[in-house]
Amino acid sequence: MAMLKPKTPEPRALDLAETRISAMTLPEGGWAEPARREALERVRKTGLPISRDEYWKYTKPDTLTAVEAPAASVFDGKEPPVFDQFDRLKIVFVDGVFDAEQSDDLSLEGIEIERLAESQADIHWAKEVYGRLEARGQSLVQRPLAALNTAFATDGVLIRVTGKPSKPVSLFYVHEVETSDAMLHHVVKVEEGAEVTVLEAGPAAARFNQCMEVEVADRATFRHIRAQGRDHERRAATHLFGRLGEESTFKSFTLTANGVLTRNEAVLELTGDNAVAHVAGACMGDGDFHHDDTVFVTHDAVNCESRQVFKKVLRNGAVGVFQGKILVEPGAQKTDGYQISQSLLLDGDSVFEAKPELEIYADDVACSHGSTSGAIDDEALFYLRSRGIPEAEAQNYLTLAFLAEAVQEIDDADLQEAIVERISQWLFRRMAT
Amino acid sequence: MTALDQTEAKEGVDQETVDKVRNLGGKYKYGWETEIEMDYAPKGLSADIVRLISEKNEEPQWMTDWRLAAYERWLQKSEPDWAMVEYPQIDFQNQYYYARPKSMDVKPKSLDEVDPKLLETYAKLGIPLKEQMILAGVEGADEAPAEGRTGGGEERRVAVDAVFDSVSVGTTFQKELEKAGVIFCSISEAIKNHPELVQKYLGSVVPVSDNYYATLNSAVFSDGSFVYIPPGVRCPMELSTYFRINAENTGQFERTLIIADKGSYVSYLEGCTAPQRDTAQLHAAVVEIIAEEDAEVKYSTVQNWFPGDEDGKGGIYNFVTKRADCRGDRSKVMWTQVETGSAVTWKYPSCILRGNESQGEFYSIAITNNHQQADTGTKMIHLGKNTRSRIVSKGISAGQAQNTYRGLVSMHPKAKNSRNYTQCDSLLIGDKCGAHTVPYIEVKNNSSRVEHEATTSKVDDDQMFYCRQRGLDEEEAVALIVNGFAKEVLQALPMEFAMEAQQLVAISLEGSVG
Repeated sequence: MAMLKPKTPEPRALDLAETRISAMTLPEGGWAEPARREALERVRKTGLPISRDEYWKYTKPDTLTAVEAPAASVFDGKEPPVFDQFDRLKIVFVDGVFDAEQSDDLSLEGIEIERLAESQADIHWAKEVYGRLEARGQSLVQRPLAALNTAFATDGVLIRVTGKPSKPVSLFYVHEVETSDAMLHHVVKVEEGAEVTVLEAGPAAARFNQCMEVEVADRATFRHIRAQGRDHERRAATHLFGRLGEESTFKSFTLTANGVLTRNEAVLELTGDNAVAHVAGACMGDGDFHHDDTVFVTHDAVNCESRQVFKKVLRNGAVGVFQGKILVEPGAQKTDGYQISQSLLLDGDSVFEAKPELEIYADDVACSHGSTSGAIDDEALFYLRSRGIPEAEAQNYLTLAFLAEAVQEIDDADLQEAIVERISQWLFRRMAT
Repeated sequence: MTALDQTEAKEGVDQETVDKVRNLGGKYKYGWETEIEMDYAPKGLSADIVRLISEKNEEPQWMTDWRLAAYERWLQKSEPDWAMVEYPQIDFQNQYYYARPKSMDVKPKSLDEVDPKLLETYAKLGIPLKEQMILAGVEGADEAPAEGRTGGGEERRVAVDAVFDSVSVGTTFQKELEKAGVIFCSISEAIKNHPELVQKYLGSVVPVSDNYYATLNSAVFSDGSFVYIPPGVRCPMELSTYFRINAENTGQFERTLIIADKGSYVSYLEGCTAPQRDTAQLHAAVVEIIAEEDAEVKYSTVQNWFPGDEDGKGGIYNFVTKRADCRGDRSKVMWTQVETGSAVTWKYPSCILRGNESQGEFYSIAITNNHQQADTGTKMIHLGKNTRSRIVSKGISAGQAQNTYRGLVSMHPKAKNSRNYTQCDSLLIGDKCGAHTVPYIEVKNNSSRVEHEATTSKVDDDQMFYCRQRGLDEEEAVALIVNGFAKEVLQALPMEFAMEAQQLVAISLEGSVG
């Protein structure tokens, strides 16, 4: 229904795709091969992103599309990884390569976990999801980097949730080699009535292209909490595709601190009645930092709820981008859609660019979006200072308060606490400078 | 329209306005066409046609060259495709680019000599007789006593420039305006009589190669209005341009240039209609406004081009570039638009806030019904310090129509302490229409505050029930609720326009419920 017209690709975009494709080898065999070949065709047809593309207006895609990943030095923050204190099933990838040594045993009650690289059978449950959700997500806005991932990613995890596992699955990404270029493709299928929490953390690689396809069946729940790594020079393009069944719940939160370039795409489709989808993000950028949240929520069922909450704190010339959309298909009545994108600019050099869109084809809906940008409220600052709190500290408290609405999207109190802890560390570490 | 039949003229509203508004009832009121012998340029577009238009308007060489340069640029440009509108490919060679009533060739001595068809047209449009004389170009008409349009005992006059297909057919109250130093004439006259002003300002806000349609307009614009308000002058009356497309297969390309010099003020109204036809017609206008130091310009539009019939046949393709340059410090431009007509609308009246403390405002009601499509909004470009902008957009979508708000708010690094507030509300009537919001927000300094809010909802059941319970029928109730929804914008319109607009809102939504 949506009216975005398919664009004839620019020759430059096609050339970029061919150059990139010729530098890689398409993995062969197994159940994923047909999906890979189709994805390759998609990339060939659309080309790779260029700055002239409507959805790459505010973020330069060149370093993400180039054959070689620009080098990124490894950051040694000497702080424990964010989810370390939690009981979890840990799966470790070092520069995109599975590390059996550091990973836990993949067996857990109520859940089946397998690695994409090891899954060579011809028949597999993941066949119904792999590349499928990604392909659906291309219909309105092209996401060639995701298709490229479907075609060429050799590893990732395939998670099928049948019950309510006792602990979260944690994907931990380590960056060791300065020029590493990683591509991972995860598939999660939460069966009817099942529940899972997936944690992601770590910088992953100098350049990271990640895809996660999540199929949430009727009455199932998927929770996702991510803390993107602190390496200053890393680059990442992540894609989260979700399809929601009846009365299902999907909740995702991402914390991003540092990183020279981050593009987080979330493409959610509410296809069952009474489904709930929340996507939230908090990001803190200092200096050479470019962060882009591109979120696309499609309502295609009755009485669904969606929330997009994105907050960005920027200083020293950092750039924050938000491109969000709520699309309500004809017949998706009683939709409740909410979207907020806000930036707090801590100095005069930082930039916030937003494109909060609504596209609505049903009448009995309540959709709203808001977007604001500005500096710290002088009055609030004065209030705190008049009560004896030093300026820099007061500023940090106000910044934390600003980010709260996004952080509160995390249901689990302990995980929420861990994220808040991370944010305060970041803020107070910079207070001295 | 039963509700209005019982309406008595309220204080401040003259009976004529009420009658006029009452007459608006029913179907598209301006759907008639006047059979007048027309003088056409050959169909199609080429450098020769551009030269011919220039020649017909007796333009100096610099103007011809300007047009030809624009035509060359146009050939290299491609049609924009980013708007959320769909329409069949336009055949730019299957259009007339110049048409004017033949009776314009010789100036008539009295109204008796005027082509009665032309007079009929004016009468149907509700233009008073005295103004009709002037518009018809009757010699000495200016000396005849002006009847004006009185309202509430106080004389309220509006100077009108009427553009019929390609040419301006006459401007009223010119003498009186001259006394105040105001220049209000057709742009073709301005090119002849005030070349220094035209040369200085034309294309300075909307450059020749700004966009596809603006470039086309620069090459082939046939006429339009020109306004110059000298320093410190408050224009003694409201100025108004009336656009009418009459001939078939004729594109209308008018060009409006408004210059408000230091400390001046002007309120400008624009209205437009076209006959009912089942083939689509092209309208690509350019409006440029220059506001110097402390100047204020209020530009109000009631756009009521033929929207096409219930099945989406015919109607006007309205591709318009409107831009104001708030050049001077403390200058102010206010755009108010009521968009009810046109099959396809592509229009973004914008403000470049260059002067420090300059202000831009945009109030819009866009109503789409049946198969209409509108992609409209504004751009507020903050360049100067302490600049302010305010956007209030109300989109109403019914039938199978698509209504999009598209806007840009840009705060440049040097636009310190600036402020923007944007509110976009959409109302959906029926489950087959669409309402969309596509705002672009670019903030490059932290002392500025930008706020954007948008909501989408349907006509509230409780409100409907309340109205119905008090005896209003469904359509009246919807009209009342929609008028309430759009109140903030309606209030920004000049009085007479507001009345007409309110009624238009009701008419545009006819057949949208039940």
